[in-house]
Amino acid sequence: MSEAAGAIERLLSEREIVVTCGPGGVGKTTTAAALGAMAASRLGGKVLVLTVDPARRLANALGIEGIGNDVVEVPASVFEAVGETPLGSLSAAMLDTKQSWDALIAQHAPDSATREKILENPLYQNLTGRFIQSHDYIAMERLFELHSTGEWDLIVVDTPPTRNALDFLDAPARMADFFSSRLLRWLIAPSRSALLGVASKPFTQIADRILGTQFLTDISEFFLSMQAMYGGFVQRANSVARLMADERTSFVVVSSSETVPLREAEFFTAELAKRKLSIGAIVLNKALPRSISDPAAAKTAHELESRREQLAPRIAAELDLDEATTARVLETITESFTDFSIVARREAASRDRFPVKGAPLITLEQMDHDIADMSGLIEMGSGLFAG
Amino acid sequence: MPPRTRPLQERSLLFVTGKGGVGKTTIAAGLAQMLADQGKSVLGCEIDAKGDLAAAFEIPPAGFKPVEAVPGVQLMSMDTEASLREYLRLNLKIPIVGRIGPLAKAFDFLATAAPGVKEILTIGKVTYEVRAKHYDTLVVDASATGHVIGQLAAPQAINELVKVGLIRNQSDWMLEILSDPKQTGLVIVTTPEEMPVAETIELSAAVREKTTVDLAAVVVNRLLPERFGPRDEAAFDTMSSPTGVEALSEMLGMDVGPVLSAARLATTLRRSRSVHLETLRAGLPAGMPLLLVPELFARADGLRATRLVATNLAEELGS
Repeated sequence: MSEAAGAIERLLSEREIVVTCGPGGVGKTTTAAALGAMAASRLGGKVLVLTVDPARRLANALGIEGIGNDVVEVPASVFEAVGETPLGSLSAAMLDTKQSWDALIAQHAPDSATREKILENPLYQNLTGRFIQSHDYIAMERLFELHSTGEWDLIVVDTPPTRNALDFLDAPARMADFFSSRLLRWLIAPSRSALLGVASKPFTQIADRILGTQFLTDISEFFLSMQAMYGGFVQRANSVARLMADERTSFVVVSSSETVPLREAEFFTAELAKRKLSIGAIVLNKALPRSISDPAAAKTAHELESRREQLAPRIAAELDLDEATTARVLETITESFTDFSIVARREAASRDRFPVKGAPLITLEQMDHDIADMSGLIEMGSGLFAG
Repeated sequence: MPPRTRPLQERSLLFVTGKGGVGKTTIAAGLAQMLADQGKSVLGCEIDAKGDLAAAFEIPPAGFKPVEAVPGVQLMSMDTEASLREYLRLNLKIPIVGRIGPLAKAFDFLATAAPGVKEILTIGKVTYEVRAKHYDTLVVDASATGHVIGQLAAPQAINELVKVGLIRNQSDWMLEILSDPKQTGLVIVTTPEEMPVAETIELSAAVREKTTVDLAAVVVNRLLPERFGPRDEAAFDTMSSPTGVEALSEMLGMDVGPVLSAARLATTLRRSRSVHLETLRAGLPAGMPLLLVPELFARADGLRATRLVATNLAEELGS
């Protein structure tokens, strides 16, 4: 039994928020779903998985297809069908960026006129709909909102795909910075020409030449309407940042054992540590089975290869197979083994080099099928619990 | 009538995108190398500034100013603030030295909040390079699938928001270059796996719907070789059954289990991947070129992998 055994179980029992993060394409969303399913089934309590953009089949497995921003409970029968007797309950929600922004505005707007003015501003629609940075902030915001309802014992959250893996962490602080910045006052200035101070002149002039007056007016109007909500926004953003650093929250870094994702995961782990955020575990998905990188297996493959001509007739006779086919298959087997053992050895070496400080490292072997239903999630989750 | 589009290798601006983990940067590097092999001068531009494109050529991370990676390939890394400086210097003749200070500080805030500032500066720089004709081809290692639409659609968004001024004039010619399928093409990289394939199909529809950029090709990376014919597969099933493993192990005096399990994994992975490849074919517009690049099994890394991919792509493109 490895030292990582029990680490995930402890993490899910102790914390209120578990955030999965890491590079793209390594099974981050699936890992979050597996953690949520295991916590709900084996540990009990009310568990919520907040996910960003799960593959359709996975969403289907959790019964959350096309639900937008709503929280939907996964029926107990989904667990029972795969032989689980859930001690708690599992709910799931997806993040709809646009809808979440609208809800946030509605909540903070002082009156309905301001709300409508913001919602209809073309700048706002672009900001929330088209440009990705706004996803980072709203994901953290939504997490905060769900957590503060007090309804959930555990929330597992899958982080959005980010340009930079850390954007979502910095988003609340950036948002707070922005709303209390001098620049914002400059941007608002043209609408309040009486206040147009000397300091803002060079900027306004340059901006006017580049962007045109009408766009500047749109910007100022937008931020002027938003101004009514500054206080609420800044306070909220600070609360979100605090919650991330709180001892109730922990991060699980997910990666594969390939060079590029590992390098990113390493960077990410270092950044989390630098910010003094809790790293609950590091999960390396899709690893090739250890047995493939075993030197004894390499020796066996070599023997099979060098003695092929002599072995093929004997195997063919013993197993009642065609001799030529047997020889061909033997050759293919050793080729396949060689291909995979090179990868397996490199991956094992990369894993051994991964600097882990104080967090358990869990390696999950590559499955030969896609995880697309509850049984797959429980299978993966059992691997995570075993360490 | 002249054809509406041109083959991938004859265009002057290629954006390469794909879901994280599919080998987007490796393919972008291979594409740049392939074009250089054909005698073109290529500028490779990395958007995410992680240094992965430089690593594919085994050189240290490049800055905003291009450096030569291999003969024929120059590399640069996008820096939106540097792009803004260049823009102001070239277009406004602004005495930057005195004023860029507060502007740079303001830029950071503005770029965070104002829609598309970073995107337009990125697109602006690459289309400027196309217009200036400093290179035959630009290969842009663009953002991952989730972000690329915002990037490619930035000039349109600006056009909707900004009605007059310098930026407006410029977004017009940017759009002209981006929308011309003879000059510009998008390449989506995927692997034959469920989620990357689903994202690729969705992205191909979104590109048509929300941008004016022509999807030039889809690269299917990390394809596993077809190993067994049907008869071979039956024989393999017998040999890897418990009885077979026992017989083989006894004959050899060694445990053949791990060796056969590797072959088993190769077979099942290939089988499940071929299903996804079919889904991909069915989900893309008819006639969309699919370029197939095999799994390299990590025999090669860096420049060697880049060269292998370049050779493969050249074969796939029949050039």
